[in-house]
Amino acid sequence: MAFARSRGARIRSNAFAYANLTPYIFFVLFPFYFMAVTSFKSNAELYNLKSIPFWIQTGVITEHYTFLFAKTEFVTWMKNSLLVAVVATTVSVVISILAGYSLARLQFRGAASFGTAIFISYLVPPTLLFLPLSQVVVWLGLADSITALMVTYPTFLVPFCTWLLMGYFRTIPREVEECALVDGATRMQTLWRIVLPMALPGIICAVLFSFTLCWNEFTYALTFISQSANKTAVVGVTSDLIRGDIYFWGSLMAGALLASIPIVIVYVLFLDYYVSGLTAGAVKG
Amino acid sequence: MAVGPRVLEAAGFPRPGRLSRLREWWEQEHVFGYGLIVPAIVLLVTLVAFPFGMAIWFSLSDYWVGSPGGFVGLTNYRDILGNETFRQTVQNSFVFTGIAVSLKMVLGIWLAMLLARNLKFKRVIRGIVLLPFVIPTALSTLAWLWMFDSLYSVVNWTAIRLHLINAPGPNWLGQSTYAMAAVITVNVWRGLPFFAITVLAGLMAVPREYMEAAEVDGATSWDRFWHVTLPLIKPVLAVVILFSTIFTFGDFNIVQVLTRGGPINTTHLFATLAYQVGLQGGNLGQGAAISLFIFPLLALVVFFQLQYVRKE
Repeated sequence: MAFARSRGARIRSNAFAYANLTPYIFFVLFPFYFMAVTSFKSNAELYNLKSIPFWIQTGVITEHYTFLFAKTEFVTWMKNSLLVAVVATTVSVVISILAGYSLARLQFRGAASFGTAIFISYLVPPTLLFLPLSQVVVWLGLADSITALMVTYPTFLVPFCTWLLMGYFRTIPREVEECALVDGATRMQTLWRIVLPMALPGIICAVLFSFTLCWNEFTYALTFISQSANKTAVVGVTSDLIRGDIYFWGSLMAGALLASIPIVIVYVLFLDYYVSGLTAGAVKG
Repeated sequence: MAVGPRVLEAAGFPRPGRLSRLREWWEQEHVFGYGLIVPAIVLLVTLVAFPFGMAIWFSLSDYWVGSPGGFVGLTNYRDILGNETFRQTVQNSFVFTGIAVSLKMVLGIWLAMLLARNLKFKRVIRGIVLLPFVIPTALSTLAWLWMFDSLYSVVNWTAIRLHLINAPGPNWLGQSTYAMAAVITVNVWRGLPFFAITVLAGLMAVPREYMEAAEVDGATSWDRFWHVTLPLIKPVLAVVILFSTIFTFGDFNIVQVLTRGGPINTTHLFATLAYQVGLQGGNLGQGAAISLFIFPLLALVVFFQLQYVRKE
């Protein structure tokens, strides 16, 4: 086969790829860069029409950050976000492991319909349910508390994680489980000791996605919570730093940046799981 | 083969107690199967199916926040269909979804083809490309809100300095066409990574030999793309387009943070209008009726999706 392009052609084509990717990467990163620049700029410079918006000319200041920590409940918001995300993720992943294994492996009547039901609830957008759920939350006596979020987030996490994990469970060879059962292990032991360790990458994926989805959630957190002390980071920053027509731009950007950092850290550490989960979730879904 | 208790007793085994009988029952495949799925089903019935039923009931009643309403039939639907704001919202939703999904599709395929190359820094580039998808949307939209600010817009500042437009430039979020363009831009910015990465996964699954054979046959790169690559990634593309359409149509975060549906309702989507009417205005009946308009599209997508899954 005479399939070998010349070195020159390959370099040219790679140069073409870089040249095309550069503007896109700029487009992706600029809002984050601008957030950071704004958060360290003095108000005088921020609102001076003659200054150059792209960088800081009159010195880096941390006033917007101190404002965030001293004058707002930012720390509480971050704690709330963390607590809600950890609880909702744990509960959802446990429920999803059980359901996912059941649907992927066990034969019983109605299994196919349950699978379809879970898939359909995966597609129901939260924006279709927030009105009735806001009433359910009131009836449960959970109005305006972070418990309301811990209870409602699994509604979108469980379908998603179950769907994701079903795919992973199917990739595990059935024989391994059968051997364990023949050797006298109970079904629960087989699931716990044999299947779970093998499905670990999938479970990490599910945890990662759930945590991110909880941390980023906006609709429910905005509609179910009104007291500042009970807000999550995303809602706290977007609502409490805007007073009527006054936008505290410096602190808004500082808050947005800080509230994004936990997600970025998790993301950078587990990038490969993230990519595989994204593709598995969509392609198999 | 089940061994009867008498036989066990005769063989010197103790008679199985209630506990072991329970265990035996639990070990049956179908019992275990149902057992594991119960928590998920309970959750979905109480917090998805039941609220969904409630949404339908709300939409047929004159339920207001704090006052249990009575059945009023289709009055809410008739009211919103006759409402100018609602008709505007329907139009906005289709314009928004149509343009945003098309842009994401075209740019996403293009981006995926670039990412599929064996470049240096491949991992870093892919990592960066995915960022907008990972960061909380409401927060990154705040950055865009600041970038589109009426007075201090960095977008306008740059365009003016480059002599692309005359000062002061458009008031992005204050004029309807520009506001729609802004909302779409942010949606594309945030949704493109999902398209690119999933299409990329589809591309990676295409056997290299196909491309090489086509190249040897003298096909141009456009021909290769159109006749080889595209048909092969069609299944992945179909799934991504369906998913993206439904999530774009149901979008809330971007519009809520950027424009709150303004100026004069020209960027309202079903979700933001439902929020305004149902929760801020307190008219739960009408709000529910508005948000239920997302449902026919959802049903259609689920239908096509299931057809497709069954074919697989």
